[in-house]
Amino acid sequence: MPADGGIGAPNKRREDVRFLTGKGKYTDDLNRPGQAHVIFVRSQVAHGNLTAVNTDEAAAMPGVIRIFTGADFAEVGGLPCGWQVTDRHGEPMQEPAHPVLAQGKVRHVGDAIAAVVAETADQARDAAEAVEVEIDELPAVVDMKAALAADAPKVHDDLSSNLCYDWGFVEENKAAVEEAFANAAHVTTLELVNNRLIANPMEPRVAIGDYDAAGGDSTLYTTSQNPHVIRLLMGAFVLGIPEHKLRVVAPDVGGGFGSKIFHYAEEAFCTFAAKALERPVKWTSTRSEAFITDAHGRDHVTTIQLALDADNNFTAIRTDTHANMGAYLSTFAPSVPTWLHGTLMAGNYRTPLIYVNVKAVFTNTVPVDAYRGAGRPEATFQLERVIDKAARELGVDPIALRRQNFITEFPYATPVAVEYDTGNYVATMDKLEEIADLAGFDARRAESAAKGKLRGLGVNCYIEACGIAPSNLVGQLGARAGLYESATVRVNATGGLVVMTGSHSHGQGHETAFPQVVADMIGIDPSMVEIVHGDTANTPMGMGTYGSRSLAVGGSAMVRATEKIIAKAKKIAAHLMEAAEGDIELKDGQFSVAGTDKSVAWGDVTLAAYVPHNYPLEDIEPGLEETAFYDPANFTYPAGAYACEVEVDPDTGKVTIERFSAADDFGNIVNPMIVDGQVHGGLGQGIGQALLEHAVYDEDGQLLSGSYMDYAMPRADDVPFYTVDHSCQTPCTHNPLGVKGCGEAGAIGSPPAVVNAVVDALRSAGHDVTHIDMPLSPHRVWQAMQA
Amino acid sequence: MAQVSMTVNGKAVSAEAEGRTLLSQFLRETLGLTGTHVGCDTGQCGACTVHVNGRMVKSCNMFAAEADGARITTIEGMAEADGSLGAIQAAFREHHGLQCGFCTPGMVMAAAALLADNPKPSEADIRAHLSGNLCRCTGYHNIVKAIMAASGQDVGAIAAE
Ligand code: FES
Ligand code: FES
Repeated sequence: MPADGGIGAPNKRREDVRFLTGKGKYTDDLNRPGQAHVIFVRSQVAHGNLTAVNTDEAAAMPGVIRIFTGADFAEVGGLPCGWQVTDRHGEPMQEPAHPVLAQGKVRHVGDAIAAVVAETADQARDAAEAVEVEIDELPAVVDMKAALAADAPKVHDDLSSNLCYDWGFVEENKAAVEEAFANAAHVTTLELVNNRLIANPMEPRVAIGDYDAAGGDSTLYTTSQNPHVIRLLMGAFVLGIPEHKLRVVAPDVGGGFGSKIFHYAEEAFCTFAAKALERPVKWTSTRSEAFITDAHGRDHVTTIQLALDADNNFTAIRTDTHANMGAYLSTFAPSVPTWLHGTLMAGNYRTPLIYVNVKAVFTNTVPVDAYRGAGRPEATFQLERVIDKAARELGVDPIALRRQNFITEFPYATPVAVEYDTGNYVATMDKLEEIADLAGFDARRAESAAKGKLRGLGVNCYIEACGIAPSNLVGQLGARAGLYESATVRVNATGGLVVMTGSHSHGQGHETAFPQVVADMIGIDPSMVEIVHGDTANTPMGMGTYGSRSLAVGGSAMVRATEKIIAKAKKIAAHLMEAAEGDIELKDGQFSVAGTDKSVAWGDVTLAAYVPHNYPLEDIEPGLEETAFYDPANFTYPAGAYACEVEVDPDTGKVTIERFSAADDFGNIVNPMIVDGQVHGGLGQGIGQALLEHAVYDEDGQLLSGSYMDYAMPRADDVPFYTVDHSCQTPCTHNPLGVKGCGEAGAIGSPPAVVNAVVDALRSAGHDVTHIDMPLSPHRVWQAMQA
Repeated sequence: MAQVSMTVNGKAVSAEAEGRTLLSQFLRETLGLTGTHVGCDTGQCGACTVHVNGRMVKSCNMFAAEADGARITTIEGMAEADGSLGAIQAAFREHHGLQCGFCTPGMVMAAAALLADNPKPSEADIRAHLSGNLCRCTGYHNIVKAIMAASGQDVGAIAAE
């Protein structure tokens, strides 16, 4: 095997060896001495007043240690929301309390009512079944539009309605947008649903609370993408534990896709109960529980309109969206349909006027929050579907219509508050046409026809705002957190490095990719660099991994810290070689004096830093350890063009994906193998959304798709080999690595390509179909063909 | 409680188990073999896949007591005698067939069962065989590719090296 390289090398992953041999350490693999287990008693109805919780019989069952109910949490803080949206009228959103255990009322199936702690999980489960719960059932609010009716039952009695906020963006543009529509040569209107999804990382959530009575220290082991965020939210807002008395550890995390960003009640419960009982308390979610407690994703109902002039230039966009919040505000829920969605409505196109209206609605369903892409897939789907529809109405080629309206000059200030620093949408479309062999489509369509199948082609573009996010900007937009990232680089005496970061991998290969960056800067082998993450006790405060931010923001923090290391090391080297500091060069792990043959090795300098016998102690401190916090100047804007080819069986409506091609511009690339994998995974999830996945509630608020029998996850035989390319690279202009982020692109860019392709296939057979809502199940496609 | 005895990765083991204890639970909690993962409670994700008497089995779908006397292989038993990665494991690493690693033990066990029966499976054979194993991270591309490579087939032509 070739030696591992630096930036740009497809290094094999070092974490793989432990994962492939069963030696990974996921939270459920941990057990604390003396640990008890908790099972939650959950509401089986969507809405109701809790009239009695009788625990007497259960408390007497074998192994039961204690049963907690809402009364135990009456004085405990609720789960906080991390983002406050201000509505069209300048008013703050309505923000309900979110108790750890239900206080008098249950608001969704799965709402936790009581918690049974016992010696074993089986004993706790047996006793939980004996807890008697009496609920006065109330009518459930499930449909968003019905929830806004004046006489709708209220999810929260203390709020004025089920409307969380009515957000307008950009409110000042509203009148100008109306006028542009009045003057348009053509207006295309499309109503669509962005189907409700469930993230379903394969590792269910787990929490273990631990308490050291001697020191008064609490520890939470949890399945989290951002242990520092959990420590801050849970410590400061829920349990009142200062950070120095609370440690949060997230060991190996088995996927997250957003669902493990949020602070959940079970984490607070286990931490609280461990202190109350003075013994560790463990909770392991079952998959069935995950379906009714993990935050869901998407669930938007939208009308979008596109105005064009007589030359087919886009002149305005107007959207009207209802976004489901579920029963409570999950940690970042309010930001998803607003700032992560409205700001992306320009897409890759010059549209001078845009107005986005979003009504966020409380319903008796599981809270909805960020899921891979978060707001950006919803924006992309609307825009790329309405453009396709407009092209068909106007009788023009959908790719040509896109190309005609591409933004071609950068930086480009959109009418929705963001400024794209760089991009080249023509290049990615050209690349797509090549890798997808669009020229050969007609021949492939003829082959499909010969087999009795309808072949369709769908193409679309996407843009996303990643590298989340400039703190001062998001602060103005309502974030109750900063969104910088941190790194501490500790150089050891013998030259090896440990990099401690607030980012945390849940499958992205940070332990492999981050060392490539640091080692490249110094010119040493990446094997000399070790990454430490996932534990608040030994990493600097950082905001974690989501929003395709870890390399763009966390990696930039590493660059800044390493720059400080190099600057100090050069001073030491200058002293050792009795040269001027300004003459010192670092290359391939050697410090040399410019224009001479004098040099000292990296290891000589690091040793001198820790054994400072011959050392400028009057000028600099011993040691070699630096910390940097990096706060980005802007978002990054990855973009690309995707093509999907489907075959539809005209007899059954079954859709198969025959080809899928993705041309992405992620700026510079650190590990292309990992980037390919990120795109593949995103495509799998996007195709899942388009064809298979749907979280469905009935009118009583029962989740009908509550297991893998009813919630169709994409399986190996649902997807093809993908063709992915990221050779179009316009480096980000404002971070030191020139990187943009790649984690969400596939999930953002792929659903419209699939739907565009199926509509194309059906229209090729003469069906007058303009849209089918996702998921494009055989039933829905077949019905569309009967119309 | 009943005494349950079996051979796991070549070693004889014996421990007590309740009648309701699942094989997956017995492996993880009683034997401490946490490489076998539990991703669902309806027998559909395949994260818990092990071999029982040479056959691929979802260990959450079997009681520990039913495995009394059986020969079990788990992911912990898949490396070479010298501790290096076995051929399938090495192919997963070489072709980036895993991300978070949670589905991976089940995928490797499923792949091993396939290759034992069908040493040169087609892409379609592999995809059909894996339909009981969910992966949420990889989009399956590199898993399928890794299994083809592990079976000695040339994967050079498959897109996105
Ligand atoms: S845990 Fe056995 S199939 Fe999911
Ligand atoms: S690698 Fe994460 S579920 Fe497969």
